[in-house]
Amino acid sequence: MEHVIDFKNVYKEFDGVDVLSNINLYIKQNEFMTLLGPSGCGKTTMLRIIGGFEEPTGGNVLLFGENIKGVPPYKRRVNTVFQRYALFPHLNVFENIAFGLKLKKTEKSVIKKRVEDMLKLVGLKNYGDRDVSRLSGGQQQRIAIARALVNEPEVLLLDEPLGALDLKFRQGMQLELKRMQKSLGITFVYVTHDQEEALTMSDAIAVMDEGVIQQVGTPEQIYNEPRNSFVADFIGESNIIDGIMKADYLVHFAGNDFKCLDRGFNENEPVRVVVRPEDIEITRGIKDGMITGTVTSTLFMGVHYEIRLDGKNGFEWLVHSTDQFQIGEEVGFILEPNDIHVMEASSYDNVRIDDMEAV
Amino acid sequence: MKQALHKNKMNNPFVGSRAFALPYYAWLAIFIIAPLILIVLYAFTRTGSGGVTVLTMENIVNAFSPTYMTVFGRSALYALAATAICLALGYPVAYLLSKMKANRAAIISILFILPMWMNFLLRTYAWRALLDNSGIINQLLMAIGLEPVQFLYTGGAVLFGLVYNFLPFMILPIYSVFQKMDTSYAIAAQDLGANRWQTFWKVTVPLTKSGIISGITMVFMPAMTTFVITRLLGGSHFMMYGDVIEMQFLLMSEWNFGSALAVIMLLLTIIFMWVMRKYDKEGEGAALM
Ligand SMILES: Nc1ncnc2c1ncn2[C@@H]1O[C@H](COP(=O)(O)OP(=O)(O)OP(=O)(O)O)[C@@H](O)[C@H]1O
Ligand SMILES: [Mg+2]
Repeated sequence: MEHVIDFKNVYKEFDGVDVLSNINLYIKQNEFMTLLGPSGCGKTTMLRIIGGFEEPTGGNVLLFGENIKGVPPYKRRVNTVFQRYALFPHLNVFENIAFGLKLKKTEKSVIKKRVEDMLKLVGLKNYGDRDVSRLSGGQQQRIAIARALVNEPEVLLLDEPLGALDLKFRQGMQLELKRMQKSLGITFVYVTHDQEEALTMSDAIAVMDEGVIQQVGTPEQIYNEPRNSFVADFIGESNIIDGIMKADYLVHFAGNDFKCLDRGFNENEPVRVVVRPEDIEITRGIKDGMITGTVTSTLFMGVHYEIRLDGKNGFEWLVHSTDQFQIGEEVGFILEPNDIHVMEASSYDNVRIDDMEAV
Repeated sequence: MKQALHKNKMNNPFVGSRAFALPYYAWLAIFIIAPLILIVLYAFTRTGSGGVTVLTMENIVNAFSPTYMTVFGRSALYALAATAICLALGYPVAYLLSKMKANRAAIISILFILPMWMNFLLRTYAWRALLDNSGIINQLLMAIGLEPVQFLYTGGAVLFGLVYNFLPFMILPIYSVFQKMDTSYAIAAQDLGANRWQTFWKVTVPLTKSGIISGITMVFMPAMTTFVITRLLGGSHFMMYGDVIEMQFLLMSEWNFGSALAVIMLLLTIIFMWVMRKYDKEGEGAALM
């Protein structure tokens, strides 16, 4: 499939500080690519480089296979939904959305129709005459999305576009955006620091931290096979334990040997073991071979209880359970091979899995 | 939003502290309101036989005679031209200043405090010396073998004097707006396909409209009513409305007629302010919402 965007060894410095280091990433045609990472990791900077508002300090960015070094923003077939909307305060809602079309000298009646269609799409029909700063944050956000989408760009950059919406509307807009992306055939580069949003919407996710791409893959790959402890932890709060790989399919941690599905490590190589809280099922009846611990806290989360256990060796386990437990209770659990994810002790990787398979 | 709040505060500096404002109101009454009332009184009266003061429209009617309307027109024309030049020069300067790292205080001091070290009259006299037929500039021109140029007592010198004196009043309000303006709007415009030129006209100018209008008001009004500067640089050919009013008071001792001219000037000023405020309100409204 065609690569719409290609980052090749891109790095970016601000005042001598590395904000992006050695970024290699491609985004395929019609793909929903999410850049996921904590605040300040360089997500917006990536988008600004694609949009043309920032030049990389080094490396190249290709848009539709062409190097876009020095190409001004208005000549790039890219539109942006900005993190802080940047709706024009001197124009009303209609004029804001029509801005791009008017520049292209689109016929008046066509503009009217397309803007109105767009307003309907984002659920703000009849809002055309409103002044933008009288709108709520969520409404402004939807206008910002409409203003970008109406130009039918080949690539749409979205910088945390749903940040200001409440949970229910947010979920609605997630579905709506995903639907629009598929039906309009637009490549989305979507920035968020919300891992759930990333997992539900994306075709591919690039997890970033401190200007480095930690892992690229499908939501399933990112979730089930995190490459390092940062990804594992960021994608969902996890139990991450130091261990030793005894042999293929056999890992030692928390004072026990466990069967696992991983292989290819050196003998006795130090590794990190990830166990997801929802994969742990605790019981009161303690049997042989169980990992045991004392309940130190329980927190009701709506669907489940979040329980912390004081295990042996001083390790604190995080467990999800639908049953209620009392503080101080002794509990135990068994880990099955597919509950255990083994990672190299320290590594990150910014090569996509499908790259590796192609090699 | 922020800008509007700020504005409101500036409009009502004494909100909630009336008591503290009393000295200010007293000052206002004695030194501004009282003289205004006196001028209006003078304008509609004349001293009749036996030193009795009588009401009359005569002064006002005379003030509309062609002689004075010509002067009025000239004043308006030069004030307009000076305002236009100030805008053309001041806008880019204000933009560049806002992009500089220098802080606001430094810029205000360069624009306003520094020139105040020397009175504007003295500075105008200095320009007379420079622009004189045998002044430094003409001596330089002759030294490099060019014909001397008549600078003084031309329309150009008058315009120069107006622009030179009032340019800071154009720069400052525009600079303030630029300084507060968020660059993200220009970025958004470019993202939507506007080149630099289109971004400037469709986003930058509308968003700085309130500064432009303040600047126009602050230059046009004093330029329209100015005196002395114009006479020093333009001579008697370029007598302005302000000069005529001054003359009536000081030279002719025609206080009643001088007051009539002043009242007309005042009315015009009020109308101009009102129109400008209306424009500003519209701009502001849009900027607000
Ligand atoms: N113009 C700039 N000058 C200097 N430093 C900058 C500039 N723009 C961004 N940075 C720095 O680069 C780093 C990455 O910023 P960026 O805006 O890309 O983060 P982000 O991942 O989008 O964060 P957030 O989720 O908070 O929006 C930050 O440390 C930021 O302070
Ligand atoms: Mg950001």
